[in-house]
Amino acid sequence: MIQKEFEPKIVGFLCTWCSYTGADMAGTSRMKYPPNILIVRVMCSGRVDPTFVLKAFREGADGVLIAGCHPGDCHYINGNMKTMRRYPLLVKLLESFGIENKRIRLEWVSAAEGEKFSNVVKDFTSVVKKLGPLNWKAIENQIKPAEIMVEKEKPSPGVEEVRI
Amino acid sequence: MSKPKLALYWAASCGGCEIAVLEIKEKILDVANVFDIVLWPCVMDFKYEDLEKLGNKEIDLCLFNGAIRTSEHEHLAKLLRDKSKVMVAYGTCACEGGIPGLANEFDKKSIFQRVYVETPSTYNPDKKFPEENYDMPEGKIHLPAFYDTVRSLKQTVQVEYFIPGCPPLEKTTWKALEAVIKGDLPPVGSFLGAGDKTVCEECPRKKEEKKIKGFYRSHLKIPEPEKCLLEQGIICAGPATRSGCEAACIKANLPCWGCYGPPPGVSDVGAKFMSALASVIDSDDEKEVNKILEGIVDPIGTFYRFGLASSILRRKKISQEKKE
Repeated sequence: MIQKEFEPKIVGFLCTWCSYTGADMAGTSRMKYPPNILIVRVMCSGRVDPTFVLKAFREGADGVLIAGCHPGDCHYINGNMKTMRRYPLLVKLLESFGIENKRIRLEWVSAAEGEKFSNVVKDFTSVVKKLGPLNWKAIENQIKPAEIMVEKEKPSPGVEEVRI
Repeated sequence: MSKPKLALYWAASCGGCEIAVLEIKEKILDVANVFDIVLWPCVMDFKYEDLEKLGNKEIDLCLFNGAIRTSEHEHLAKLLRDKSKVMVAYGTCACEGGIPGLANEFDKKSIFQRVYVETPSTYNPDKKFPEENYDMPEGKIHLPAFYDTVRSLKQTVQVEYFIPGCPPLEKTTWKALEAVIKGDLPPVGSFLGAGDKTVCEECPRKKEEKKIKGFYRSHLKIPEPEKCLLEQGIICAGPATRSGCEAACIKANLPCWGCYGPPPGVSDVGAKFMSALASVIDSDDEKEVNKILEGIVDPIGTFYRFGLASSILRRKKISQEKKE
């Protein structure tokens, strides 16, 4: 049997004005990039609530990319600055949950930077591939076996029991 | 007609919720008059066997405080669920996992290592740990199993009502008891005695535009009495916390700790609190932002002080090697 190479799942939150258009640019210019990225279009990178990122990781993402307009270029004046302030804190938080800081990335991609977008996805995919699967679902499962343990714990009949 | 039955139980909790129940003062005598108390391990001697003998849904009200840490807690949660008509998660530990939920930063192995070996006051040269089953000459001894992950009551059994707070306010407790006596119960899933806005709504301080250049934990700065604490850089969980406490801590010149849990519609209290904090930083320079954020020393402890067990990620990753 051929052993399948690990293909990471990457969720990309792209702002509609710059990065999503940049990704579109990469597509229309026929630039190649790995198909591992699942793109979610948001109105602004500032709209990317940390909840989205946490949820993506819980639901099975191996990496999360947030991409927005370059500082100063935001369609909403300073939405991307809010992302920029939030991001280091999010990385710090993920690290304390045991999620490597390389699994999350913030990039500024303008509408003209199709090539940059394709390079970012290539590089990020290879980095996450090296890290291996995150598999947060397995952690959910580790929580559940507790119930099976309770069943096992019930003393078998005939064994004298001392309660303390 | 026989009296309605009341059960109170503590799982992984500090005992503060029990005191909060007693805070209804002389009304506790009314409670004893009106209710037939069938279980209250903190105050009276009851055996679990007696509880098992009760019929299904025979208990009218169960106030359950504490998180689910061991198999005993889980067993009692399920047992009380079967026996009770109305199950109330009483206090933040039962609602959200609370302070015991912070142990989800660790697992059983590392907790035991710390508690039974590393703590300075412990003398345990043979590195003995509590065992679930132990043979004594007199017979077998059982201890409840200790889980890797703390859960809230809601994550274990179905819960009708929630009374948040660490501990819940006296008037809230009384309201809940009154509602059961009168048969005047709100829709299932309601939070009793809590609002549906944030603590900032109740906070009496003056709020202007928030722009700060540095974060301070509450012991690092004496706050001015009138001004919003966040505007002073003091980490205050008000914006990400459910109202209902009447901003008790803030009125005492202390920042909100977030004990009422997230406001309605929020699935992850830490993520929201983090967003709120990051958006008050007054800088567009990446380096400066990083420097300002150094003031937040312990992200999980700050953002998930009461809500780690019921957050989206729920716990720190247990590394596979450790598990085996």
